[in-house]
Order: sequence, then structure tokens, then C-alpha cells
Amino acid sequence: MSEKPAILELKNVNKSFGPIDVLHNISLQIRRGEVLCLLGDNGAGKSTLIKVLAGVHKPTSGEILMDGKTVSFDRPSAAQERGIATVHQFGGTFPLMSIGRSFFVGLEPTKGWGPFKIYDRKRANEIAVKAVRDFGITRIDDGDRLVGGLSGGERQSLAIARAVHFGARVLILDEPTAALGVKQAGHVLRIVNEAKRRGLAVVFITHQVMHAMAVGDHFAVLIRGAIAADFRKREKTREEITDLMAGGETMADLEAEIEHELHA
Amino acid sequence: MTEAIKSLLRRPEAGSILSLIGVVLFFVFFGGVDLGTLLGAASWVNFAANLGIVAIPVGLLMISGELDISIGALIPAGSMTTAILSGYYDLPIAVGMAGALAVGVAVGLVNGLLTIRTSVPSLIITLATLVAMQGLVLSGSVLLTGNASVAVTAPEWAKFLFGQLIGGSHQVIIVWWVVFAVIIGFVLHKTRYGNWLFAMGGDRVSARNAGIPTNRMTIALFVLSAVSATFVGMCQAILFNSAQVSGGMNFIFNAIVSVVVGGVLLTGGFGSVIGIFVGTITFAIVSQGIYFTQIDRNWSNLIIGVMLLTAVLMNQAFRELALSYWRGSKQSVPRAPIQH
Repeated sequence: MSEKPAILELKNVNKSFGPIDVLHNISLQIRRGEVLCLLGDNGAGKSTLIKVLAGVHKPTSGEILMDGKTVSFDRPSAAQERGIATVHQFGGTFPLMSIGRSFFVGLEPTKGWGPFKIYDRKRANEIAVKAVRDFGITRIDDGDRLVGGLSGGERQSLAIARAVHFGARVLILDEPTAALGVKQAGHVLRIVNEAKRRGLAVVFITHQVMHAMAVGDHFAVLIRGAIAADFRKREKTREEITDLMAGGETMADLEAEIEHELHA
Repeated sequence: MTEAIKSLLRRPEAGSILSLIGVVLFFVFFGGVDLGTLLGAASWVNFAANLGIVAIPVGLLMISGELDISIGALIPAGSMTTAILSGYYDLPIAVGMAGALAVGVAVGLVNGLLTIRTSVPSLIITLATLVAMQGLVLSGSVLLTGNASVAVTAPEWAKFLFGQLIGGSHQVIIVWWVVFAVIIGFVLHKTRYGNWLFAMGGDRVSARNAGIPTNRMTIALFVLSAVSATFVGMCQAILFNSAQVSGGMNFIFNAIVSVVVGGVLLTGGFGSVIGIFVGTITFAIVSQGIYFTQIDRNWSNLIIGVMLLTAVLMNQAFRELALSYWRGSKQSVPRAPIQH
């Protein structure tokens, strides 16, 4: 295994909602400068797992460690303060707000004093534009333009740049490429690599094996709430991963089954 | 110059400004109105000020993704509270005024708390408080005073501040409206709280995740709109020396029309105070200015309907323009001159 220290670690985490067990005994290490790809079919527990990491849900049992110390997040903001940022499928941005304004939502720079503290539009725009351009999105040059005018990939990039700017150490990307075309997805994958290069720990949730293999260092396959496989880059082929995601059945078995049903 | 026009068109208030120009031109050319007489008239300005003080907070709520129609019952509630306390019971006018504003705070809190605690849309919640307050005001008035109309006489200072007719024609509430619009405009467009409001209307969950106190903001907005409505009622009682339990229902639709003409997006996240202000003026000119034209006043609602649709379509088009400005700008990169 890698010698890099784990920023975030899950130890035997279980989560149940009433009588329904959603996560069983999850143990994972999320390291600095690495991309952990979380793979799994719909309903495998991926979104519950990221909600546990992001402080939305508390684990029923088990431990979350940050920099080796046990932590407990009561609210999403508690996780955010520790540097865990989640970017959702659609970027969580506001289409009818300007780039500068949406970049700084909740953390607006101000100038002036007392009741006349005003939002510093110029500074917000400058910082926001620079932050996105540093990630290689050079088409963004005016912070007054509306977020809704950006492409899906650019919106994702804006959201990632925002998280990094505000000091994220762990970046959770929830299906960032799911709704994007090939070119746009490539955009986002480049930015994931850039975040990794800057030493962030990235958790990349996807069910597109190709996208995972393009950026991942470490892979975990989730099946019915448990980790079915945990392996490093180049330890498994694309076919093996796809088969794992399909629930352990090989794709060939599945094809045979469908064939059989069609003839029946 | 053309760049300045284009940049104006991308702003939320573009549609309302064009609507206002359109309505005035229509009145001048087809109504034969004298522009000087129209602009000098007090009736539409008084109408706009009373409506505008309510329309601004209703617009803020709409930007944040909520709606408040209980204002329709709170205007008579404000005037009746003032008249019953200071007229019927003969308490100092300050007590009546404080009572009116307190009613606003109380109903605003109920609206706000119910909105954040339940998943019921605020339209339904405020519809319920609207009807409930109507009942409460009517039965309360009959129970306490045995009447549905109560007289009140305000002392000089209260008349001066809230019920004066400037120059014998313009209600002093116009000043309150302009000051209120300037303050709220500053807060919405120049402070961080304004940014929070737009974010809430754009995506409430993301806004909350970004650390914005969405619940406290929502309650504050409902309190503001309810207090504004009782304030208008209070001013009317002081001006007219009497209060009635009826009236106020027109304010609901009038305020919503003004806000929507003003370029606020019904689903939230987009709008401006200048837009709401101009939208209110436009609405007031159509409904009151028509008396100065040769057009029969029965047509005024038709004009309002057509204007509403036109303004909404314009706002839609301008919003598209603001969004596509990005893509369009790519083509404006200078190209190499074509060789002949």
C-alpha cells in the first residue's frame, strides 16, 4: 500500500436507517494526493457513504478519523469546516447568479464599515476568475457573467475551484461526469487530476469505469452496502471492474441469462 | 452606446422600464393625455406608494422562492388595530401604532415558522393566514366595538409623519416608499445579505450547505412583508381618520403584478428593487392614469393584462439574453480581415 498518510479514514463504519442496514463494516483510507474511486451500481450505498463523509448522516457505529484522530460531524458545516467539500452532480451552483457572486455565496468579501459594509464585487470577481483560470478554464474571463451561461463541465470546474479556494483538503465529487458529454467529461477529469496534483484527497463517485480508470489511484467497489473489492491502480482490468460492479456476476453470465430469457 | 443598451437589457429591470415607456407612449398617443398633467397628478403616485411599500417585501420573498398573500388581510388589520386602540379605547396614538406593527410581527412569525417547519408551500400557508386574519379582524372589531368601521383622530406629530398631504395632494407615505426602496435596494444589491437571498431563491439546499441561515432569513422576510402591510394600514387610518375591516384584497394581485412586471422571476433567484419600483409605477399609471385619458376606464384591466403578458415575455427574452451573452461573446473575438 501507499506510504502517503491518510487524511480521512473510516473504520468499520455501519449505517442503518431503522431496521434497514445500508452500510456494513466500511473501512477506507483517503490519502493526500490520491484519487479514490468509489464504484457501485445504483442503490449500492454510494450516496449514503458520501453523506456520512460529508456530515449529513452520522454512522450508527464505527469510527471516522481525520489526521489520525477520531472526529464526529454533527452537521454538514462541521465537515466543511474541517476541509471536507462535496460537489454534486450539477455543481450546486446558481444559474442566475454571476460567477463572482455564486463563487462567494455565504463567504462574500466586503469593504467599508458597520451598516455600510458592502459586497466587494470587483475583488470577488477577480478572485473567482483567477481561481477558475488556474484550473485551466481560460474561457472564463468576466466574473459578472451568469453561471447559467457556462457549460456543464465548466460549472463543475467552477464548483471544484471554489471548494479548493476555500481550503478543502478532501474533495468529494458525486458523479461529476454523469450528465456530461465526452469532451466535457474530459474537462472535469483534467481538473480532478489538477486537484490531485495540488495534494488534495479526492473521492470520486461514479459508475463509469472508464472515467474512474482515467484518474483513479485506488478503487473501492461497493455492493449492497459492503466493500466487495479494494484494489490499487492497474491491479484489475476494466472487464473485471465492470463485472464486480454488476454484483460479482460476470458480464458473460448476465448475457447468457438474458439470452436464455429471450428464448424462453 | 450600443454596448450600454445591451448591458441594460441584461438587467432584471429592463422589461419594466420598457413597459413603463410603452404605457406612457400609449396613453399619450391613443389617450390624448397631456404628459405634464399626467406626471403632475398625485393620484397615481399616492396609489403607487401604498402599493409599493407592500410590493417590495413581496418581491424579496419571491426572489427567495416564497410568496406572501396574507398582506391582503394585514392592511385592514393594521388600520383597524390603530383605530380600535387609539380611537375606540382612546389610548395614545403611539400605542395604536405599536399595536398595528405588533400584529404584523406576529402574523409574519406565524407565516415564517409554518413555512420552515412544514413542507406546505407558502402560498397555501399565507392563504390560510389571509382568510383567518380577515375573520379575526371582522369578528374582533364587531365584538369589541360593535361596528365594522372605527374612527380615530391622530395628534399633530403623527399626522405630520404618517398622514400628511404634501402640497395638499401628495400623501407623505410617498416619502416612506422612496426611503424604504433605497434602503432595501442597498441591502439587496450591495450587501452580502442580498447575495444570500438570491442564493436561497436559486437553490435553497446549496445555499444552506454554503452556511446561509436560510430559516432565519425566511422568517425575517415574512415578518418584513407583514409589518409593511400593517404599516400601510396604519398610515391609512391616520390619514383618513377612520378604518374599515374590508379592503386590502386588491393589494394581493396588484403587488404580484407589479413585482412580476418588475422582472422578478416567479420561481425565485432573479430580480431587482429598481425593477419592482418601476413595475409598481407602471401598474399605478395604468390603473390610475387612465382617468386622465380619453380611454374609457373600463379598459384598464385589459391593458394591465396585456402589459403583464408582454412584460413577462420581455423579461423571459432578456433573461435568455443575459445567459447567452456568454456564448455570444465568443464570436465577438476579432477575426483576421478577409482578403479580397
